[in-house]
Amino acid sequence: MSLLVHVRHDRPPLNLRLEIPEGAITSVVGPSGSGKTSTLRAIAGLWAPSSGRVAFGQQVWYDTANGIRLAPRDRSIGVVPQRYALFPHLTALGNVEAALLHLPRATRRAQAEAALTRAHVAGLEGRYPHELSGGQQQRVAVARAIVREPRVLLLDEPFSSVDRSTRKHLYAELKRLHGELGCTVMLVTHDLDEAALLSSYLCLIRRGRLVQAGPTQGVLARPESAEAARLLDHANIFRAVVSGHDWDRRQTVLDWHGIRLVTPLDDRFAPGQRMDWVINHTEVTPADASGPASGDNLVRATIRDIVTLGDDLHVRLAPGAAPAFTLHMKVSRHAVPHQAVAPGLPLTVRLTPSAIVTMTPGDDTETGDRHPE
Amino acid sequence: MDWDAIRLSLTLAGWTLAILLPIGIALARWLATSHFSGRSWIEGLLALPLVLPPTVLGYYLLVAMGGSSSVGQWFQAITGTTLAFSFTGLVLASLLFNLPFAVQPVQRALEAIDPDVREAALCCGMTTWQTLLRVELPLAWPGVLSAAVLTFAHTLGEFGVVLMVGGNIPGETRTVALAIYDRAQSFDQVAAGRMSLLLLTLSFVTIAVSYGLSDRLLRRRRRR
Repeated sequence: MSLLVHVRHDRPPLNLRLEIPEGAITSVVGPSGSGKTSTLRAIAGLWAPSSGRVAFGQQVWYDTANGIRLAPRDRSIGVVPQRYALFPHLTALGNVEAALLHLPRATRRAQAEAALTRAHVAGLEGRYPHELSGGQQQRVAVARAIVREPRVLLLDEPFSSVDRSTRKHLYAELKRLHGELGCTVMLVTHDLDEAALLSSYLCLIRRGRLVQAGPTQGVLARPESAEAARLLDHANIFRAVVSGHDWDRRQTVLDWHGIRLVTPLDDRFAPGQRMDWVINHTEVTPADASGPASGDNLVRATIRDIVTLGDDLHVRLAPGAAPAFTLHMKVSRHAVPHQAVAPGLPLTVRLTPSAIVTMTPGDDTETGDRHPE
Repeated sequence: MDWDAIRLSLTLAGWTLAILLPIGIALARWLATSHFSGRSWIEGLLALPLVLPPTVLGYYLLVAMGGSSSVGQWFQAITGTTLAFSFTGLVLASLLFNLPFAVQPVQRALEAIDPDVREAALCCGMTTWQTLLRVELPLAWPGVLSAAVLTFAHTLGEFGVVLMVGGNIPGETRTVALAIYDRAQSFDQVAAGRMSLLLLTLSFVTIAVSYGLSDRLLRRRRRR
C-alpha cells in the first residue's frame, strides 16, 4: 500500500509525481525552494495544490478531478515539523495528549505516557517546551506524531535544529522507532548524508520536478542525469562523444576532448552520440600511487590548486588536453608524496573505469564542461 | 448620584461584552488566518468607528433604526416598539461602535501565533473549533483580555453615539455619561463630580487590572 503523490501547481511551481513505498523510510532531497515542504504539506492536507491526487493505497486523500479533499485529521498521518511546533502553553504530556482528543479523557494519559516512553522522553512529562533541549523537543514532537499510530509519518527536516552529536542519537532513535512501528516514513531533508544513512528509498527533486527516484544506494551510485549528479554533490560532470563499444571487454569507449576514456558498457548510446558522464572525486587517483603510469583512463593534468581538509587533499586539476575544464580529486595526504603535489606541477591521474557513470545528456548548462572554473 | 444611569451603563456594557466578544473573536480569527483580496477594505471598515466622529456614526445608526427605514419598520412589526431610542437600539449601536476594540487586539494576538503551531494542531487531529479553543485562545489570551476590557470601558464612557441613537430617556437610554452631562448642564457639580470620579476609578481599575494580568501572562509565556 504505497503513498502515491501527484501535485501540480503554478506558484510555487510544482509538477511532481512520487511513489513512496509502504513501510520504508523514503527521503525527499532537494535544494531550498525545490518544493519538498510544499509536497509534504500537500500530503498532510495543509495545502491544496491547484491540481493533483494523493492516495494511500485505496484511500484517496486528495483528488481535484473528483473533488476530494480530506482534512488532515481524516488522513492517517503524523507530522514532525521542522521546528517541532510544540504547543508552548502545554507540558510534554499535554502536547502528546492533545493528539488524542478523540479518545475518552481517562485513556489519553496512559497512551500519551506510552508514546513518550517509546520516544525516550519518559520522566519529562511535566516540562514545558521551553524547559526541554532541542533533542528532547524533537522526541516529544515525534511522540505526538506517533501516538495516533499513523500509517504515514511525515518528517520535515526534523534534525536541522539540533547539534551534531544529538543528531546522531536521533538518527538511531528514528531507525529504532521505524523498526518498531513499521509505518511508511517520508523524510524531507537537504542533507544527502542524512538521507543515505536513514532511508532505503531516495527521491531527488529540483524546481518542483522529480529528477530521479529509486533505492537509495542505486540513486547514489548511478545518477541518471547531470542534474541528478549535481544534486548528489558531484563535481566531476562532463560531456563526451561515444567512440565505440568493446563488446568483449564489455566497455564503452568515450572521446573526451581527445582523451580516451573507457567506462562500463552502456549500449544505450551509439558511436558518435553525445553523453554526459560523472565520476566521484575519490575515484580520481594519482597514477603513480596506483602503479606505473600506463593503462586505461590516464589523464595528464596540471595542478590548479590544493585545499587541505583534515587528512584529505582536495585537488583541482586542469587536464592537459582540455585545460579549460576542472577535474576534482580527493585523496588522502598520506597517499601522495608531499613534494609531488603543488600548484602548477604536472600530475597524471587515473579515472577508475568502473566508477565512471554514463548518463543521458541533459541541458548543456548542467555539465561541468560548460562551467570551466 | 444617578444610580439608574450607572446600572444602565453597566448593563449595556455587560450585554455588549457578552455579544461582541464571540463575534470579535470570530472576525479576528478570520482576518488573522485568511488571505484574500479586499481584506484591507474589511479591516478599514471595522476600524472606521475609531476615526469617525461619534455623532456621524450615531446619525447613520439613527437613520438606519428609524421608523422610516426597513430595519426600523421590521423591528417595530415584530416587537411593537421602535428600535431607535430604545435599550435594544443602544445595544446594537454599542456593538457597532465597539467593533474595532473587540477585533483588533484579538487579531494581533492570533497573528502572533506561529502558523506551524496552528498546523500542528490540525495534524494532531484537532478540528478547527478544537484548535481555536485548545491552542489559539490559550495563546492569544492577553489579546482577548485587552479586547474585553477596552470594549467594556469604552461602552461605559461612550457619549455621542448613545445620545444620537438613544436620546436621553431616564431608565431606558440615559447612561452614566449622559447623566454627567445633564448634571453639569444643571450646575449640579457635586453629582457630576461624583459620577465622573466613579467612572474614572472604574475605568482606571479595569484597565490597570487587565494590563497587570496581560503582563503576568506575557512574562510567564516568555519564560516558556
